[in-house]
Amino acid sequence: MNPINHFAGQARELMRRDTTWPFLVTRRRPVDVSKNIILYLEELNVSFDGFKALNNLNLYVNDGELRCLIGANGAGKTTLMDVITGKTACDSGSAWFGQNIDLLAHDEAEIAGLGIGRKFQKPTVFEAHTVFGNLELSLKGYRGVWRALTARLSGTERDRIEEVLSVIGLEDVRYQLAGALSHGQKQWLEIGMLLAAEPRLLLVDEPVAGMTAEETERTAELLTSLAGKHTVIVVEHDMEFVRSIARTVTVLHQGSVLAEGTMDQVQNNRDVIEVYLGEDA
Amino acid sequence: MNVLNSLAQASYRLLAAMRQPGRGTSWLVGILLVVTLAMSAANLLLPADSPFYVSTYTITLMGKYLCFAMLAMAVDIVWGYCGILSLGHGAFFALGGYGMGMYLMRQIGDRGVYGNPNLPDFMVFLNWQELPWYWFGMDQFWFAIFMALLVPGTLAFVFGWLAFRSRVTGVYFSIMTQALTYALMLAFFRNEMGFGGNNGLTDFKDILGFDLQADATRVALLLVTTFLVVVTFLVSRTIVQSRLGRVIVAVRDAEARTRFLGYRTEHYKVWLFVYSALIAAVAGMLYVPQVGIINPGEFSPLNSIEVVVWVAVGGRGTLYGAIVGALLVNYAKTRFTALMPDAWLFALGALFVIVTVYLPRGLAGLFGRVIELVHRRPGRGKEQTTRDDGLSVAEVGA
Repeated sequence: MNPINHFAGQARELMRRDTTWPFLVTRRRPVDVSKNIILYLEELNVSFDGFKALNNLNLYVNDGELRCLIGANGAGKTTLMDVITGKTACDSGSAWFGQNIDLLAHDEAEIAGLGIGRKFQKPTVFEAHTVFGNLELSLKGYRGVWRALTARLSGTERDRIEEVLSVIGLEDVRYQLAGALSHGQKQWLEIGMLLAAEPRLLLVDEPVAGMTAEETERTAELLTSLAGKHTVIVVEHDMEFVRSIARTVTVLHQGSVLAEGTMDQVQNNRDVIEVYLGEDA
Repeated sequence: MNVLNSLAQASYRLLAAMRQPGRGTSWLVGILLVVTLAMSAANLLLPADSPFYVSTYTITLMGKYLCFAMLAMAVDIVWGYCGILSLGHGAFFALGGYGMGMYLMRQIGDRGVYGNPNLPDFMVFLNWQELPWYWFGMDQFWFAIFMALLVPGTLAFVFGWLAFRSRVTGVYFSIMTQALTYALMLAFFRNEMGFGGNNGLTDFKDILGFDLQADATRVALLLVTTFLVVVTFLVSRTIVQSRLGRVIVAVRDAEARTRFLGYRTEHYKVWLFVYSALIAAVAGMLYVPQVGIINPGEFSPLNSIEVVVWVAVGGRGTLYGAIVGALLVNYAKTRFTALMPDAWLFALGALFVIVTVYLPRGLAGLFGRVIELVHRRPGRGKEQTTRDDGLSVAEVGA
């Protein structure tokens, strides 16, 4: 009796008229943020050889928000980004981009195509290309091999590159090789490359590491100006920097969320003081 | 009409590419064409006692070098531009060669030692009664060419797809390519494979009805080889200058970044690998009628490593560097092995060490540095665009 029921259940599922069959759904579709939440991470677990990098992590990020993630080394910040961008598979849990896209069902390239851009901890740009060339490769558009062979830069694309160049403030060095840029400029270029792809969600890993105070300030301005139009998640160690940009801060500890709130709330949280800020003081 | 039009446009574009100013690499194409044409004329038109007469031996040698140059270009495209160090390109070269060899074997007809009109000599010798199925159709030139491209192309596709999809990179990939060519060598050594075993395919008589021993055929083969070297050079240059080429260089320098920008880097790598394998196969096809033999020794892992040395000497990441490197090293090899046969391998090893230590960008890098010194103008500073090879002038000069 049971198998028959099971089969009937499956058949009924197949005949449902309120949804299309899964294989008919296009893989590339716009993200649905009608509930105003762009990222749902629930019960995420990742372990490496018994070490729990993520431990029942739950995190929701609102659309257009600028969210800071802080936490000690090994708290799972980078692993979290790896899971969101499809680099690391998780053991259990779910990760949804908006209402309609299951991130765990896509790989890195598809996730990038869906509108999630990621800046690495160590600035990574194409050193053998010019600044302009770097942005050109990052432009939103098809990523296929054959199309790349015949691709020509259109006027609108050129304008878009100029626009990004002015946002990141690298107009003067546009024809310089990216390899010859300073560390801070590379960080900006990488953020610019994300912007050129017009993402919905930006994951920015340690954007001000190794920057001077002035550069840090400019980066803070840049990131705050991006919020609203894009959703930005910033991972950072520099507390001053986090204080200057953050509206909401999430503290990670041993793979799960320890506290969430404004910077002041978080700093006065007893648990946080104990495990994280306490160590610093 | 339409076809004619597009043909005219294509040839115009070809001419335009060759005239492209400021690239310098067009010089190489010009020199190659002029030299081979002059050699051909000197061989065919001058009497044998003239001081400018070029022997047929030299013509064939030049043709052989140019085949190697093409092979070097194939390796340079994947290694220099995409960072995939293939130590098995000799396999694609040899497979292309075997395709051509099979055609040439079938052309012998009943002129073989055993006079069997259908079976090549080695099959008669092995007491085979009929042609194996995979030899059918190889008496047709077009079909043989088609197969000589299809087989290496498919092999490269399957091998590349499996390797790149599993994200095998670096030295692991190199070792796998070595294993590939070694496995093929062992397979082709077996008589039961039906490719002549140890002895390979040889004793060819004619190609497309022309006598392979005739001077005119040799000259024609050299000219065809030169023409195809030039064509593959121009096509490859177009590819590496397109956005596709820039993505490939991006994959070489920061694959993870490229992937997180939404590029399927494994697709790019697979197609580049297939393209490169096809060039290697064409080089092999041109090599066999000129050298007159193809045997499993061509699959030897050492051969593939030697190609890498040619590219390193010429300068990887520059298509012309690969050609120059292959020509120079092979010329040196011919000279050296005549003078001191035992010393050649030592010389080759020393060359590789010297180039790696002192000329990491090879002769092309040295050339670039000299050009830069000559052309350096005050106030130009670091304002540099990428060169056609995607490597910076600044980097070369560093």
